[in-house]
Amino acid sequence: MAYLFNTEDDTREMLAAIGAASIEELFSSIPQELRLQRDLKIPAAMSELELTRHVRELAGKNVGAEGSVCFLGGGAYDHFIPAAVDYLAVRGEFYTSYTPYQPEVSQGNLQVMFEYETLICQLTGMDVSNASLYDGATSMVEAVLLAMATQPKRRRVIVPDNVHPEYREVLQTYLQWTDYELVSLACPEGSLPVSELEDLLDDQTGCVILSQPNFFGLVEDHTAAAAAAKRAGAVVIAVADMISLGILKSPGDWGADIVVAEGQALGNPLQFGGPYLGIMACRDSFVRRMPGRIAGQTEDRNGSRCWVLTLQTREQHIRRDKATSNICTNQGLFALRAAIYLSLQGPDGLRETAEHCAWKSQYLMNKLCLQSRFEPRFPSGSAWREFVIRDRQDDVAGLLSRAASQGMLAGLPLSRWYPEYSDCFLVAVTEKRTRAELDALVDVLTHAPSAELSHA
Amino acid sequence: MRNMQATQLLFELSKPGRRANRLPDSEVPQPDMQELYPTATLRQKPAGLPELSEGDVIRHFTNLSTLNMSVDTHFYPLGSCTMKYNPKRNERLASLPGIVDLHPLQPDATAQGMLELLYNVQGYFAEISGLPGVSLQPAAGAQGELTALMAAAAYFRDLGSQRTQVLVPDSAHGTNPASATMVGFQTKTIRSREDGSVDMDHLRASVDDSTAVFMITNPSTLGLFENQIQEIADLVHDAGGLIYLDGANMNAILGITRPGDFGADMMHYNPHKTFSGPHGGGGPGAGPICVRDFLEPYLPTPRVERVDSAEGVHYRLGYDHPKSIGRVRSFVGNIGVLVRAYCYIRACGGQGLKEVSENAVLNANYLLTQLAPLLPVPKGSRCMHEFVASASKLKKEKGVTAMDLAKRLLDFGFHAPTVYFPLTVQEAVMIEPTETESKETLDAFVEAIREILSEDAETLHDAPKTTRISRPDEVQAARKPVMKWTVSP
Repeated sequence: MAYLFNTEDDTREMLAAIGAASIEELFSSIPQELRLQRDLKIPAAMSELELTRHVRELAGKNVGAEGSVCFLGGGAYDHFIPAAVDYLAVRGEFYTSYTPYQPEVSQGNLQVMFEYETLICQLTGMDVSNASLYDGATSMVEAVLLAMATQPKRRRVIVPDNVHPEYREVLQTYLQWTDYELVSLACPEGSLPVSELEDLLDDQTGCVILSQPNFFGLVEDHTAAAAAAKRAGAVVIAVADMISLGILKSPGDWGADIVVAEGQALGNPLQFGGPYLGIMACRDSFVRRMPGRIAGQTEDRNGSRCWVLTLQTREQHIRRDKATSNICTNQGLFALRAAIYLSLQGPDGLRETAEHCAWKSQYLMNKLCLQSRFEPRFPSGSAWREFVIRDRQDDVAGLLSRAASQGMLAGLPLSRWYPEYSDCFLVAVTEKRTRAELDALVDVLTHAPSAELSHA
Repeated sequence: MRNMQATQLLFELSKPGRRANRLPDSEVPQPDMQELYPTATLRQKPAGLPELSEGDVIRHFTNLSTLNMSVDTHFYPLGSCTMKYNPKRNERLASLPGIVDLHPLQPDATAQGMLELLYNVQGYFAEISGLPGVSLQPAAGAQGELTALMAAAAYFRDLGSQRTQVLVPDSAHGTNPASATMVGFQTKTIRSREDGSVDMDHLRASVDDSTAVFMITNPSTLGLFENQIQEIADLVHDAGGLIYLDGANMNAILGITRPGDFGADMMHYNPHKTFSGPHGGGGPGAGPICVRDFLEPYLPTPRVERVDSAEGVHYRLGYDHPKSIGRVRSFVGNIGVLVRAYCYIRACGGQGLKEVSENAVLNANYLLTQLAPLLPVPKGSRCMHEFVASASKLKKEKGVTAMDLAKRLLDFGFHAPTVYFPLTVQEAVMIEPTETESKETLDAFVEAIREILSEDAETLHDAPKTTRISRPDEVQAARKPVMKWTVSP
């Protein structure tokens, strides 16, 4: 077998040292009647060469972002990943290490966690970040559980329906076992209706979730909504987008108490939805209940600056059923990739990336809407990177499949999550898209298939 | 030869005007952001990120990496974590175009190869566990537990049954009780006997019609197969409860015995342990779960499904499961980890997987036999894939703790075992060698321990001496937490 070490001689010597006649004897504590009396029904071993051919063949049946022109977003984005990110992240010392239980031989990982936490705080305007959670959706759920734990007399969670629908589904899944009440706020114009929010706020409201930009790509001024939530004594949870923070105000500056985000866009591949990076940061007052690992700075016995996992008394391995969460791991590798990505970007690189997303998405939206068939679904809003287009001919499925046959993943139909928007689709434009690709998409969506269309 | 300059914090290395990434010309009109977005939403000053050249970044992180021990560089016998070799072919294959660049919401028709792979890995998970219903969605073992407990709760809710208690042995991972609490169950701890097995009298006295689930780790965190498992399962099932298997220790039993055959109704895998996913400095993992057929309707959506029709076979993400508990995370699952698991399973084959467990158990027993005369192993003379030694006697006689021993091992070029877990063994030293280590490495490890035990207590209290730092002050870190860099005053 491919990865084993023991030769027949080794096995013989080791069994002799153990005093066992056979390997079988080592399993004698498992009663015979519980044994699997046949071979596993799993195909025979493949050599590396065979496996490579096999997986290549499977990969060849898929159309990825590299083999098409990708305008899909909805929480996962085709941003550019610099080579240095891949190069550094696959170093075995990072890749094949584990949780820094022994800080003396984990200073690399611990310092990266500390740097990651600092980078996240800088962007979100929060006091403390943990070392990451699973993904954006579960981070949002953990933020709600954290907010509600600090408001023991309150039971209501207000969630506008312009928050990512899958995040709201996950929240629903988790909250069905609690006595918290999930209150949905409809956003018929795409943006949050602040006066409706004010009507909903009461002394039972524990937290309010505000998304910036929202699921439809709209940038919103949440200052008034956050202030209203605070006046009612509720915790403000922001669902942020990390790339947008190159140009947008930190959520901490418009009133967020806890900030969560999906960190996939920070140098992490799409890989069909995961693993991704759950970002979570908060104000100081929440830190003793924050879930997840946190790296902190200290000194060793010689007075050298160093880093350790800290505030572990919050966590499940100590607190067990009284822990703030059942979270055990973080997404160390993707926090590392995010830290490398943000180091390479710097303030100017992140700003330029965010600007490109703004310019290119605006260009495409404007150009599409010059066509009589299309209109922006939310004309009053300001879209960033992503926007909703309404097809006046109400044939979203036909449009998207025509585009797919031309090598373009043109957008996401909204009908799965919003039956009322069944004539709409969501289009995302990252800095990777060229003007030629944007023009080609307009062409494909407007005209019949044209043979000379090609793409990079 | 340490480069102390490059391992300063990113923010200390930063210099205004340096930069790495640059974008090409945007080719489209470039209005000012003020024209596009309300002023109140825009950043007033640049984001506070460090300014570095690409060379700075490479040297910084490369030097930081050398401060870690890892499986690629060192023996890493961290009990309960299955730090086996991470095959490099898996990395290359998981990074292929057509795998790594798939968008989670792209049409099923454009991801048939990926869905086929995922459908087949579901089948392998079901076959290895003996439990037919599979969800690939949970993001980690802890979330797998949580998801399975939710499925159990939904099942009982459907039956109209008021079951409030989850029973957990005292040797269980902390995630077990923490997950139970999140689904609204009360946790009751079941005592272990001296030999690490479940105290049947205590269990019998605790199981009643309020029992929802008994969560068991088998083989246990002591590295022992619970040979009363059938009796336990009968007892819990007769009372109408379910058995959950924490699959952390599946590396011991692949192809030898199956959870579904020894009474488990639900379980999770840790593919980053059993199926060789790299641990990535603490994640990502994945936590796929397997359940019995009557629990299958409650699994999260989407599920990966195969459809056989007149036009042929195709695969899809299935959402039409009205009894489902719903989603537990965004998108499909931790696909990157599952692709590596698939590659590993195919590289091993059915027979190879059994050999994995045989060799994991052989290595652990060999190490136990060699170490036991030096460091007592209180719970048994044989083990499965791991065992728990105790530094209790050492502490009494010499004032040397499990922690001292762990720290000194670092000087000898070995990662330390897990210490102080499980909680049921005093001064626990939990050792899991895995199958991907040689006899020579195991012998060298034993020699290191022998030498360490001959050293005076002071040397051990002072360890480690060869690492960049030694014995960080964790009390200070918790008392006055500094959790981010700030400009020094």
